[in-house]
Amino acid sequence: MNLHRIRTIVDKEWAEVFKNQLVIWTVAALPLLFTLLPLGILFATRSVTPDAMSGDVTDLPKSFLNACGALAPYECFQVYLINQFLVLYMMMPLIIPTSIAAYSIVGEKTTRSLEPLLATPVTTEELLAGKGLAAALPAIGATWGAFLLFVALAPLAGATPTVVSRIFSPTWIVAVFVIGPLMAILAVNFAVMVSSRVTDPRTAEQLSGLLIVPIMGLIFGQIAGVIVINLPLMLGVAVTLAALDIGAIYLGAQVFQREAILTKWK
Amino acid sequence: MIQTEGLTKIFPGEVKGTTVTAVDNLSFSVEEGEVFGFLGPNGAGKTTTVRLLCALIGPSRGEARVNGLTIGRDDQAIRQSVGILTETPGMYDRLSAEKNLIIFAKLYGVPDPAARAAHYLKMLGLWDRRLDAAGSFSKGMRQKLAIARALLHEPKVLFLDEPTSGLDPEAARLVRDAIESLKGEGRTIFLCTHNLDEADRLCDRIAIFKTRLVTVDTPANLRQRLYGRQVVFHLARLEPAWVTAVAGLPGVRAAEAVDHRLVVRVDDPETVNPAIVRHLVAAGADLRFVGELRHSLEDVYLQLINHA
Repeated sequence: MNLHRIRTIVDKEWAEVFKNQLVIWTVAALPLLFTLLPLGILFATRSVTPDAMSGDVTDLPKSFLNACGALAPYECFQVYLINQFLVLYMMMPLIIPTSIAAYSIVGEKTTRSLEPLLATPVTTEELLAGKGLAAALPAIGATWGAFLLFVALAPLAGATPTVVSRIFSPTWIVAVFVIGPLMAILAVNFAVMVSSRVTDPRTAEQLSGLLIVPIMGLIFGQIAGVIVINLPLMLGVAVTLAALDIGAIYLGAQVFQREAILTKWK
Repeated sequence: MIQTEGLTKIFPGEVKGTTVTAVDNLSFSVEEGEVFGFLGPNGAGKTTTVRLLCALIGPSRGEARVNGLTIGRDDQAIRQSVGILTETPGMYDRLSAEKNLIIFAKLYGVPDPAARAAHYLKMLGLWDRRLDAAGSFSKGMRQKLAIARALLHEPKVLFLDEPTSGLDPEAARLVRDAIESLKGEGRTIFLCTHNLDEADRLCDRIAIFKTRLVTVDTPANLRQRLYGRQVVFHLARLEPAWVTAVAGLPGVRAAEAVDHRLVVRVDDPETVNPAIVRHLVAAGADLRFVGELRHSLEDVYLQLINHA
């Protein structure tokens, strides 16, 4: 693998993709929205005094109350609320690269620019690595940045130091800094596979969007009290994702055959 | 510079279990510095042949060597050593012309990408528009930009697939001039075209191809093989007896009357023409004009392709 060529492909992708307003909005607006929403919730619950909340958290799922341990009831409530939104940080690395990858791969189809690119000495592995990194890196950067921004602003929005320590805990560090990149890799490879079968970037984006369904499952599972997001669960998710990523990379490379692309992509 | 031996490409057909042979048992060679025309109707397999020779797709059977490298074995090295102008230019429309070229120069490992891009932008008359998005270019300018892209890494062999297709006459002429200047630099050029006049003007040899190779030769030899050399004698009036007499002269293969013209098919007009002229004048003919009847490459092409 020639790193110089991979770097060139990443540069090319970014130069082209970030001239697309829709992609810019997706990359910039989504993390901002997912950061401001939980901050707003924190700020809104700030006015709820500890006295008013004491003993009034019985509506929360029992499994979650157990996980709160020694937290004060109002802190447990804040952590519960924030946990719903932190799952969104696992969604971001799925949504953002899907938009970029769908446009970068299907875009090559529509402009018929893939044949000249494939005619260069670039290998299929370099091409996929370049396109994958170009799609995944902004998503990972935006997710990490948004999460760190949230952690930094949470105290100003009313989170107590105990609540902040629950946010910046090993569970969410694994979720954002390990699961996030693994999600991005999965999304990119899924987008590669979908893009090779469709001709419209929006279709590719929409089909790739199916990946967020399991994440929605985490949100609803937590609300219903079926799931408590904790470190063992996150580690399990990370291992599962790593295995899925290996499969997706393999399948993505299988689908992305030069000859099939040139002769079948219409 | 290019040699193929029994090169064959078979694709799976639309209907499951069927196959389509795009290129069948193709054998030919192209010498260094030659401009080799590759002519054939739509769907003949020209683009597939170019893709095979540029190591973009692999052969089903047979062998090919380009620049001393074997397809299927040295694919990456082949792609490094050849330049290709694809049928559709396929630019990154949102990026400037200059950025388009710099990206490809980097992918080819050109030492100073910006300088090389500048060189070809100037050479092809695109320097003033270098900062404009490629998407804003006219067809002719896009084609020139694509030619510049194909040349960035100074390839010894250039594959040009329909370089003037869809261009207006002025743009087509600009592109043809660029090809002529490349020919002058001694590059080997493999030219797929539908434009027979262009092929006639630019190519040293021409292959006529329709899934299989129909024939390969120089344009002049192709004409001669099909029609021989024909001379037209324009006369004030034509007596039928003169036609018979001329047909019987040594070196004359056939003679026929067309209006007031006598069309004579000969092997060596330089030797036979004086005798014909003497004979006609002696018989009382008023000879107004003598010229060689030159069949167009289109006549040759259509004759060969229709019998293929």
